[in-house]
Amino acid sequence: MTGIAMPSPDPLILARRDQIVAALRELVPGEGVISSIDERRAFETDALTAYRRMPLAVVLPSTTEQVAKVLAYLNREGVPIVPRGAGTSLAGGALPQEDAVVVGVSKMAKVLDVDLPNRTIRVQTGITNLGVSGAIAHEGFFYAPDPSSQLACTVAGNIAMNSGGAHCLKYGVTTNNLMGVTFVTMTGEIVEIGGDAMDPGGLDLLGIICGSEGQFGMVTEATLRILPMAEGARPILFGFRSSEAAGAAVAAVLGAGIVPVAIEFMDKLAIDICEDFAHAGYPRDVGAMLIVEVEGAPHEIDEQLARIGEIATEHGATYSRQAKTPAEAAAIWKGRKSAFGAMGRISDYICMDGTIPTGRLPEVLHRITEICDAAGLQVANIFHAGDGNLHPLVLYDMNDPVSLAKAEEAGDEILRACVEVGGCLTGEHGVGIEKRELMTVQFTHPELAQMMRVKEAFDPNWLMNPSKVFPLGLRQQMRQAAA
Amino acid sequence: MTDIVAPLDEAGVEATIRAAIADQAPLAIRGSGTRSGLGRPAQAARTLTTERLSGITLLEPSELVVSAKAGTPVAEVEAALAEKGQRLAFEPFDHRALYGTEGEPTIGGLVAANASGPRRVIAGAARDALIGVRLTTGRGETIRSGGRVMKNVTGYDIVKLAAGSHGTIGVITEATFKTLPLTESETTLVLEGLDDDAGVAALCAAMGSPFEVTGAAHLPARDGAAARTCLRLENFESQLRYRSAALVKLLRHSGEVTTLDVEPSRALWRQVGEAATLLGDRSRAVWRVSVAPTRAPGIVTALGPLVAAHFYDWSGGLIWIAVEPSDDAGAGAIRPVVAEARGHATLIRASAAIRAAVDVFEPQAQTLARLTQAVTASFDPAGVLNPGRMHAPRS
Repeated sequence: MTGIAMPSPDPLILARRDQIVAALRELVPGEGVISSIDERRAFETDALTAYRRMPLAVVLPSTTEQVAKVLAYLNREGVPIVPRGAGTSLAGGALPQEDAVVVGVSKMAKVLDVDLPNRTIRVQTGITNLGVSGAIAHEGFFYAPDPSSQLACTVAGNIAMNSGGAHCLKYGVTTNNLMGVTFVTMTGEIVEIGGDAMDPGGLDLLGIICGSEGQFGMVTEATLRILPMAEGARPILFGFRSSEAAGAAVAAVLGAGIVPVAIEFMDKLAIDICEDFAHAGYPRDVGAMLIVEVEGAPHEIDEQLARIGEIATEHGATYSRQAKTPAEAAAIWKGRKSAFGAMGRISDYICMDGTIPTGRLPEVLHRITEICDAAGLQVANIFHAGDGNLHPLVLYDMNDPVSLAKAEEAGDEILRACVEVGGCLTGEHGVGIEKRELMTVQFTHPELAQMMRVKEAFDPNWLMNPSKVFPLGLRQQMRQAAA
Repeated sequence: MTDIVAPLDEAGVEATIRAAIADQAPLAIRGSGTRSGLGRPAQAARTLTTERLSGITLLEPSELVVSAKAGTPVAEVEAALAEKGQRLAFEPFDHRALYGTEGEPTIGGLVAANASGPRRVIAGAARDALIGVRLTTGRGETIRSGGRVMKNVTGYDIVKLAAGSHGTIGVITEATFKTLPLTESETTLVLEGLDDDAGVAALCAAMGSPFEVTGAAHLPARDGAAARTCLRLENFESQLRYRSAALVKLLRHSGEVTTLDVEPSRALWRQVGEAATLLGDRSRAVWRVSVAPTRAPGIVTALGPLVAAHFYDWSGGLIWIAVEPSDDAGAGAIRPVVAEARGHATLIRASAAIRAAVDVFEPQAQTLARLTQAVTASFDPAGVLNPGRMHAPRS
């Protein structure tokens, strides 16, 4: 899987490598600069593992001031920078390049302040997503965005990609739970944006930094909204004859004024693969399945699940199982949560991440089947049904280059179909390198040009994570057009 | 500002902006003008209004989404949603009572001002519900950001930048919101006689509970009436009974709790949401202070007799402060006190002369100001959109 191009490295930068490493060692003393090839190897890829590039060097600063010095130096020297949290991007958002220095936040992972009355937490951004909730769980609070990589992924990466998760139907994604950041500019200035107050006024720079895929500067500290945990939560599982029936039930639940915390969908192939692996007790004789979770006090949960159950029955649910104990709840979630791992055991796959208007679900599922049938590939569908975020897993054989190329083509075609029905290329994984060239499918030239100008407002030399998000060559084109 | 242009479509907006660039004649941007008193007076030769770009373009209750053109009255969108059992969860803030303006607030103005009401404390602001915009930039080009799906990280989030940009990065021509179901019923719990510190502490305790309080305001004693600390619950009837009882138990050390039925509860939150009647005479200048709730009462104490009237919304995170008229609307005293509390003060109501002379929005440190200018210029290089509306031009 090496179909995506990266720019060829600048030989002048490669030639200055020793000098750059020496200068970085001055700025970040001790163990903070990694230059040996063996140690650099740990940083040559992210969760899009088919792509690897050995970075020029890796710097792991311990303070915001060090980050500022490093960015200012690299900016002055014209050296590209690839920022890194934990390297869990599925889109290649943290993929290095040979002439770039990786600047990681992993040594800055402290909780700085917990403020329960004001419901905020201040952290260094190298902390893991789960680490944030872990620091406040004993007080009955949690941090809402919960990407499935939450054990490993960092808040820095979550902010860069505006990460979501299974529970964002109710609680929103990162941008809705981020209140302030310490931001380091390319010229090494340290600036506080937002804080621990709501809606401070002024142009919402925080809103555009979140989701900028690390292309503006670096975020070293963040103030996050924390929330009181619900009294309880319980999932219910429904089986339907067809994906269409399941899709209609989702629309009916939302239309009836019930917003569960999560609605997860799995089709037949996904059910079979997960059940073989996790033995979660999923029904085998259904065409599609929904897991719906609601929150509240026990009797509130009963009442909501009863209403949801009625609606599901009206829409042809042929199977239903409510978790009666925490163990049963865990069993229902176990299959879904192990889906990607279970899939990986039987086949290589690429995981797509388009979002569609939920009303178009049946036709898009049909289209996905057609696309994959035509390519002779199997596809398993798993997705966050409440918000229309699809994760079709297109199965292929890593040892067969033809099968891989077909899978990538089918993936592209699926994303084009998502855009066609009014959706988007990526709901939560980000563009990175993976969907860079497809951006022209969703956006016009003026739209892409405006986004690139926003980047240049922060990073006029175009050094920060430079080969991501926009089609390679588009910047050159834009420059020529402006000249 | 006699020259008012009211385009009928996006092409008209684009042409108006291109003409403004060609003539070097900057534009003031507005919807129906109900919030025109918000911000510094723009240095503009003409006014562009989006009032005639009107109509709901998408309403899909089962997908929790609504789109409308910029000039569509907010009331029209809310009525259409209510018919389908839904609403804009952030409770759009209506500035008419504060400014004494007439006409119908528009969707475009709502987005441009990021104007959220009491429910913002739990449901997020207008900017959080906003999932897509169409925007004609200061280059006269219409761009889209976001879309109609609620989970979308494709490209930079210009949607968030547009919310609260007061017409300085583009003319919003259409907006798409995530909606939420209407709730079956509501009730408000009221604690009487608490001082500001105790009131805000009670609000924070309630917001830290799992009972999903959807309004949290403290109204200090005024005109002989006792202080009221108010907590709204909205949900199914049976949930309200249970959650009210649970909250009463939680707040038992704060005093006796009385309960308001649906209608009085609605009336109370309308009053809180409009702010004006709680702040006294129209001649007073009004400030809106955004700060972490527990640091809010300290600001009011530090300002002492300067404060003519005040109350707290958003669990204390939003203080409305009215001061008697003066040359600087109290800015000289208010700015340092708010800055010390790491808050942000916005001068919401004062004469145009005062709003031209003192900062309306929280003054920005140098780097932040530079970034704000650079981002704004990337959308509006010729400075034709509401120039000077948010910050005084730098010399």
